[in-house]
Amino acid sequence: MTDHANIEPAGFLVDRTSQRRLRPTPALRFAPASGRQRGRPLVPRKISPAALLFGPLAMVAVWQLSSSLGWLPENILAAPATVLSVGTGLAADGTLGKHFLASATRAYLGLAVGVALGLVLALLSGLTRVGEASIDGLVQIKRAVPTLALIPLAILWLGIGEVMKITIIVTSVLVPVYINTHAALRGIDMRYVELARTTGLTHREFIRQVAIPGALPGFFTGLRLAVTTCWTALVVLEQINTTKGIGYLMSRARDYGQTEIIVVGLVIYAVLGLLSDALVRLLENRALSYRKVIGT
Amino acid sequence: MIAEPMPATGHDQPVRIRNLTRGFGGRVVLNDVSLDIPAGEFVALIGKSGSGKSTLLRALAQLDDDAEGGGTIDAPENLSVLFQDSRLLPWHTVLENITLGLRSPDARARALSVLEDVGLGGRQDAWPNMLSGGEQQRVALARSLVRRPDLILADEPFGALDALTRIRMHGLLTRLVSIYRPTVLLVTHDVDEALSLADRVMVMGEGEIVLDRRVGLARPRVKTDGAFADLRAALLGALGVDE
Ligand SMILES: Nc1ncnc2c1ncn2[C@@H]1O[C@H](COP(=O)(O)OP(=O)(O)OP(=O)(O)O)[C@@H](O)[C@H]1O
Ligand SMILES: [Mg+2]
Repeated sequence: MTDHANIEPAGFLVDRTSQRRLRPTPALRFAPASGRQRGRPLVPRKISPAALLFGPLAMVAVWQLSSSLGWLPENILAAPATVLSVGTGLAADGTLGKHFLASATRAYLGLAVGVALGLVLALLSGLTRVGEASIDGLVQIKRAVPTLALIPLAILWLGIGEVMKITIIVTSVLVPVYINTHAALRGIDMRYVELARTTGLTHREFIRQVAIPGALPGFFTGLRLAVTTCWTALVVLEQINTTKGIGYLMSRARDYGQTEIIVVGLVIYAVLGLLSDALVRLLENRALSYRKVIGT
Repeated sequence: MIAEPMPATGHDQPVRIRNLTRGFGGRVVLNDVSLDIPAGEFVALIGKSGSGKSTLLRALAQLDDDAEGGGTIDAPENLSVLFQDSRLLPWHTVLENITLGLRSPDARARALSVLEDVGLGGRQDAWPNMLSGGEQQRVALARSLVRRPDLILADEPFGALDALTRIRMHGLLTRLVSIYRPTVLLVTHDVDEALSLADRVMVMGEGEIVLDRRVGLARPRVKTDGAFADLRAALLGALGVDE
């Protein structure tokens, strides 16, 4: 093994005939694995999570600069600094908290019910023929109809109160959860079905041990869409018969031309969206921790 | 530690196939195959790609709802299938995979003991994705053996393994089969694999068994042995390969 000068481990090469010490050679160094690749890597290397903030921060910088230089009048778009001070002001006097609480209650109540319903419908439809025949077509129709187009009918049926608002959120959240979970259930690897048969699993055991774990990645994809979907309908819903909520705050600001409050609302949506997504990803990584593969 | 094989019902039951015909969309794949395998015999089945080996095996495993055909099959109920891929459920640990579908209270203890047998003692809590290909296939072997099957149906179980791992798997399989004594039907592409493992080798050609030879060689078998070479030549001849 050591007949190769390359892998002489020590820092010295010894001339065996004269036993004279030769010039010390640097200890063997290994190039990092990625360094072995010549030319441009085919797949970009991973960036750190902090590096993802570069784009948003650059945008804020350009935006602030444009406002300071007077290129961006306040009635078109308030400067970031203005937004920040207005936002902290609203937060300090409790206004923001009140509106946020009202919105969050609607959104997350709708999310909870919608996710549960979407999951149950997907299981019924993915695992039974009767379920598929009765449910799948209806959900596809619901998917084709824009949520907001349902509002007039929902008002006639359910009134203009909270029930109507939460119902609309439920129906819009249910769709991505259903579609993705159902697709994952339908896409269960036939090889696992064969395995279940040869190992004598009962139908119940098959559902618990093969179908549901196999569909979990699809469910999480649906959930990630759902956590942001639950907020989107709110902006419109909160213009109907309410004096509380981020959507109400924003539409009133529009009437008064207060772009800084509109932007505060947008920032809240953005931050919430990112946080919810991160939370779902965390849950996903825990639930699907088995996906770790050799070498990662 | 090696578990004592329990006397199971059907342990002495032979495999008996009569006039088995299978086809897909009118195309005949198995043509009137009749075959007897005494209990405890290790049979290797070789044959060209597409000759119908997997179709025969799937018929025995009752995994061929999509095929047409007739004939009768008598085989032990308690059979287990070893697939070419290890087919481990990625969301189950090694232990959960081995005990899949087992309901007896000592399933866990038996699984741990079989895991030792396949040389993976202590790995019961690992995820399948974190095992090498050879280790995954050994878990699949453990999942098979823990059921104490009367019949093991194996479809190229070592086909995806490297040569070295494959040789070690041969040793392992020979040892475990001599302990658990199931009847084995092993489909393989590898003539040497067939000759080093089996009591009997069959060659399949176009839906029929064209050669059926007993391998009366002592173990361990050496390739350089004259009788080994003669058998090898006969099998290759039946496969239509000239060396
Ligand atoms: N489910 C199926 N539907 C249609 N045709 C099939 C099906 N299964 C097998 N066949 C056909 O039957 C023939 C025999 O297939 P089989 O899988 O038994 O071959 P094999 O001997 O196992 O080949 P290999 O060594 O390549 O695995 C092939 O021509 C194949 O296309
Ligand atoms: Mg095959």
